[in-house]
Amino acid sequence: MTSRLFVAWFEREDAILEAARSARQAGYSIGDAYTPYAVHGMDEAMGLQPSRLPWICFGCGLVGLLVALGFQLWTSAIDWPLNAGGKPPASVPAFIPVTFEFMVLLAGLGVVAALFLRARLYPCLSPRFLLSRVTDDRFALVLAGTDGHFDEAGMRTLCERAGAVATELTEAAP
Amino acid sequence: MSRVRLSVLREPLVTAERSLAQVTDEVCAPIERRPNTRWWIAFLAALSALCFGIVCITRTFRTGLGVWGENNTVGWGVDITNFVFWIGIGHAGTLISAILFLFRQQWRTSVNRAAEAMTIFAVTCAGIGVITHMGRPWLAFWTLPYPNTRGSLWVNFRSPLVWDVFAVSTYFTISLVFWYVGLLPDLATVRDRAKGRIRKLVFGLLSLGWNGSHRTWSRYETVYLLLAGLATPLVVSVHTIVSMDFATSLVPGWHTTIFPPYFVAGAVFSGFAMVLTLMLIVRVVLGWEHLITIRHLENMAKIIIVTGGIMALAYSTEVFTAWYSGNVYEWFTVRNRMSGPYAWAYWTMIGCNVLAPQFLWFKKLRTSPIVLFLLSLVINVGMWFERFVIIVTSLHRDFVPSNWTMYWPTWVEYGIIIGWFGLFFTLFLLFTRVLPMISMAEVKGVLDYGREHRPQLHRGPSSAPWPAPIAPGLRASHPEGTV
Repeated sequence: MTSRLFVAWFEREDAILEAARSARQAGYSIGDAYTPYAVHGMDEAMGLQPSRLPWICFGCGLVGLLVALGFQLWTSAIDWPLNAGGKPPASVPAFIPVTFEFMVLLAGLGVVAALFLRARLYPCLSPRFLLSRVTDDRFALVLAGTDGHFDEAGMRTLCERAGAVATELTEAAP
Repeated sequence: MSRVRLSVLREPLVTAERSLAQVTDEVCAPIERRPNTRWWIAFLAALSALCFGIVCITRTFRTGLGVWGENNTVGWGVDITNFVFWIGIGHAGTLISAILFLFRQQWRTSVNRAAEAMTIFAVTCAGIGVITHMGRPWLAFWTLPYPNTRGSLWVNFRSPLVWDVFAVSTYFTISLVFWYVGLLPDLATVRDRAKGRIRKLVFGLLSLGWNGSHRTWSRYETVYLLLAGLATPLVVSVHTIVSMDFATSLVPGWHTTIFPPYFVAGAVFSGFAMVLTLMLIVRVVLGWEHLITIRHLENMAKIIIVTGGIMALAYSTEVFTAWYSGNVYEWFTVRNRMSGPYAWAYWTMIGCNVLAPQFLWFKKLRTSPIVLFLLSLVINVGMWFERFVIIVTSLHRDFVPSNWTMYWPTWVEYGIIIGWFGLFFTLFLLFTRVLPMISMAEVKGVLDYGREHRPQLHRGPSSAPWPAPIAPGLRASHPEGTV
């Protein structure tokens, strides 16, 4: 199923921020914004919730910590205890460095994998929805209709008032 | 509401006024044109050095470690000196990319990409270096705890050498991931302006379908912050663990609690010197004086002053503690370093690491690229000698005088030193040819272009025909006349 989308291009960060804010106030549904760099303040303008990825990071780190500590205890104290320098088999303080490294490794790899899955970033020949010049010097705001209602004229007026340099209608699979 | 902090006192980070498209064009230019003669000269020099290193490594592997000058008393020499040196170099890259990011030091944007690349290449040198010193490098996997037919006989997790394996491999992996994640938006930029088919394919695959979506940007920034938060303690832990290879032993001169902070500060100190060396070359060769400004150089020089001060404090603390402890072996090691047969190495270290950075107190000197370049080379030499002093002078005269001996590296070891520099610069020069050396997305973010207080730039210099054609799922066209 395809849906109609309204795309407006801006040359300036301020302009797209203002357009996004007023579009949200006017009740339009903001599909997404496409920008060459992370525009700060856009989260609030688009009304995005804070990401839950930190919890994934925390979870992976916790798993790494427990696995590393458990594995070291099992190998050193249970599976084959070796007397190295008269130290106790379960010498936990000596296990901290490896535990820490493994925790960081899993937390880092886990959160990046989660980002790639969540943001659907994977090797492909061309991106799903690529607007002209948004990886270079243009900012694009994509508005969608709400409840089957698509107020193109209103969207255009709103974006042009904010300083849009071009607008276009397009259809895209969401 | 604008979240931009306005300050009339701060100089802009990018001095010449640039539009977003100009940043893209300038940063992409070196990877889209043929390399110039200067690049070829540098590359061939680096490659020759690397080849010589390969010859020496081959000789080591074919014959054995006997081709090195090491002996029963001095079992660690140039090999471990190189390892600690290169690991240390890497630390400045992580400091710039992660710690300065957490402190919201926006000046890092022009240099962080290259500094992170430097980290990865330096850790590569260190990793290969430490494997060659194993003598039987094909058995390097014995350092990993894998199930085996010997019972399973596990590695000794109480040994700092095992900690080192985990620390260095984690550090390399996380640095690589951090670098790649930071590269993603720029890879997409390169993809969208690529002309050739192979280039489109390679950058298309590498950029993972990045399309600049703000929802992705929002998550991306969260993850970047998390990675920075993880990399910060990681970088401190790595050199701490490297220092524990020494500090947990009983050798006089190594068995001190000051080693972890002393090593971390030394790593940052030497790493910043190497970043300066590289950046000073890059900004001249590529003509990027307005992107890597005097202010960037000055900031790095200031960090060198601070960490150099910490080094001076560490050196004097070492001497004081050795004397104050009343331990004859410790005190002898210190005196032997200062006036024994390796005194020249000790005083080279003091001269390069304590005295030379003092010139940077003068603004005139620390804003002069030539002075900075010379000082950065001096500090690199000094920090190499610091590791040499720590390792060799502690070992060559330990508890029993009948063990005492001297250690002189052979030509094979000198060749390996040259070879690692060759590897490092070969990788770095290739990097300048194939990937955007400056983080375009981050530089664009600090340009202040298109924000309220820079009204003269509202329209930008673009004269592209507009509206541009768009189609979902299609590659962005890059209209002529954008430049």
